[in-house]
Amino acid sequence: MEQTWKQAKAAFAAIAVPPLAWLLLFFLVPMAVVWVYTFGENSGPTTIDFAGTFSNYTRALEPLFLEIFAKSVVIAGITTLMCLVIGFPVALAIAFASPKAKAWLLLLIMLPFWTNLLIRTFALIAVLREQGYVNFTLEWLWNNASGFMTLVGLQPLGEYEPLTLLYNNFAVIVGLVYVHLPFMVLPLYSALDRMDRSLMEASLDLGAGHLKTILLVVVPLAAPGIASGILITFIPALGSYLTPDLLGGTDSQMIANVIERQFKRANDWPFGAALSFLLMYLTFIAIALQALVQRRSDRRS
Amino acid sequence: MADQGLVSTPTPRLPEKEKREKPGPLEYMRQWPLRVMVGGTLLFLYLPLITLMVFSFNDSRRNIVWEGFTFKYYVKAFENESLIQAFVNSLTIAFFCTIISVVLGALAAVMLWRFRFPGKTVVEGSMALPIVVPEICLGVAMLVFFSRVMPWPTGLAWPFNLGAIIIAHVSFAFPFVATVVRARLASFNRELEEAAKDLGASEWRTFWDVLVPHMQPGLIAGALLAFTLSLDDFVITFFTAGPDTVTFPVKVYSMLRFAVTPEVNAASTILIVVTVILTAVGLQMQNNQPKEKKA
Repeated sequence: MEQTWKQAKAAFAAIAVPPLAWLLLFFLVPMAVVWVYTFGENSGPTTIDFAGTFSNYTRALEPLFLEIFAKSVVIAGITTLMCLVIGFPVALAIAFASPKAKAWLLLLIMLPFWTNLLIRTFALIAVLREQGYVNFTLEWLWNNASGFMTLVGLQPLGEYEPLTLLYNNFAVIVGLVYVHLPFMVLPLYSALDRMDRSLMEASLDLGAGHLKTILLVVVPLAAPGIASGILITFIPALGSYLTPDLLGGTDSQMIANVIERQFKRANDWPFGAALSFLLMYLTFIAIALQALVQRRSDRRS
Repeated sequence: MADQGLVSTPTPRLPEKEKREKPGPLEYMRQWPLRVMVGGTLLFLYLPLITLMVFSFNDSRRNIVWEGFTFKYYVKAFENESLIQAFVNSLTIAFFCTIISVVLGALAAVMLWRFRFPGKTVVEGSMALPIVVPEICLGVAMLVFFSRVMPWPTGLAWPFNLGAIIIAHVSFAFPFVATVVRARLASFNRELEEAAKDLGASEWRTFWDVLVPHMQPGLIAGALLAFTLSLDDFVITFFTAGPDTVTFPVKVYSMLRFAVTPEVNAASTILIVVTVILTAVGLQMQNNQPKEKKA
């Protein structure tokens, strides 16, 4: 039973004041200041007038920036989809593994999540660059194939052209999938692990194949877990800064990179503030959509 | 164990051996397509990290072809004073961030678990905000706050010059701790608290001797989370760090801007090893908890 705060005012004050004061002073106030900035105007190199203007928002909705927003959503969407396609079978396998294997596999999935994001991204650079391991492997295969073709008397394949795997949209998506895969696997796993297995057995007994069982029984049952996996992957992917910054080229900048530029190089804080609040609103829309799916599935069951 | 004999099982159990020979219909882990999938995923997750660690011992600047074993990049990394300073800064920030976050997070969890008060849903909602708000938004908010609203005094002695970064880290880490601790509190039997009070313990004694021991696994998990979140953070630190308050990720980032050197590999390897050890210790502490209780 919960106590009302009036029953123990002193205890309530002692417990509630420190976290609430911190949240207010060091989170809500900074956010509120940025929100006020979105209606401001640069009046000098370091001064901002609170002009009450909407011009920052109208500028943010110009085609150039809308395109970047759209691109960020598309890149985050593809990332989420890839994570789902890779993560679902992995989560399924882990959920149905033996208890001992399960613990190890979960640890193995989580461990990269504990390592530094920057280091993981940096590790990917070494793999993807033109002098990297992927290109090395491909070159080796190419040369062997070429040698084989001369052996059987065909025209050799010619010089190997290294693939450009880095500094483009492809690299950004690979990087985002690499970083966010654990975010997807863990909620999927916990949904699949809780699922009533007798339903799957019934489906298999009644003659449905594995694929059919998974699509028609497992996926609907795990829908809330899938929805939260999608959300938990999509949100950080949408706002990611480091991955597009390090792995992307000039045309693969996402919205966070534009925001950073406004604050650091372009020194247009009010505009950057407006962009960052638009990104925040997009995030909230994604959360609201997920809550809607959740509520619908709760009502059904 | 004794209770199990009382529960009658309607169907006899299948002999274990039969299962072993042929994978059951639901043993997906024993079917090869899924094994390949899991193996491939783990390879994808680990190969880049492992090559990074292996090549930190490689005696070649070009970093691709193996040319022999060396420690020289570790020596170089240790001789790089600013890198070491950044590393120490990161650990210091993570240490203070963990302590403050655990205290604030535990208090917030107890508050939300124990009390009914007006505006509770609003408080719960705003407590979840730092978790869902994109990092970049929090980063710029901290930049604005510490440059215009509450400038952090410059030229303070170490470690006080790290204050702004510590505050920024606590702001996003303590709601995570609160979530973890609150999940743990859900399993608390409130009668224990009442019993303690009936037996004459004060409010404070009850909190400290009854509630805190119950929260302990949650507190450890929360501390571990806060520590790694702080150590891992780049974006928010990038916006709050000054020229003399560089953290390890920010330093590595600026090194990467110039050139990808094996020195960075060596430094990264050290950080990976530190995190893995800390995680192992934390998990061990957590796992030991329920065992002690049973005994």
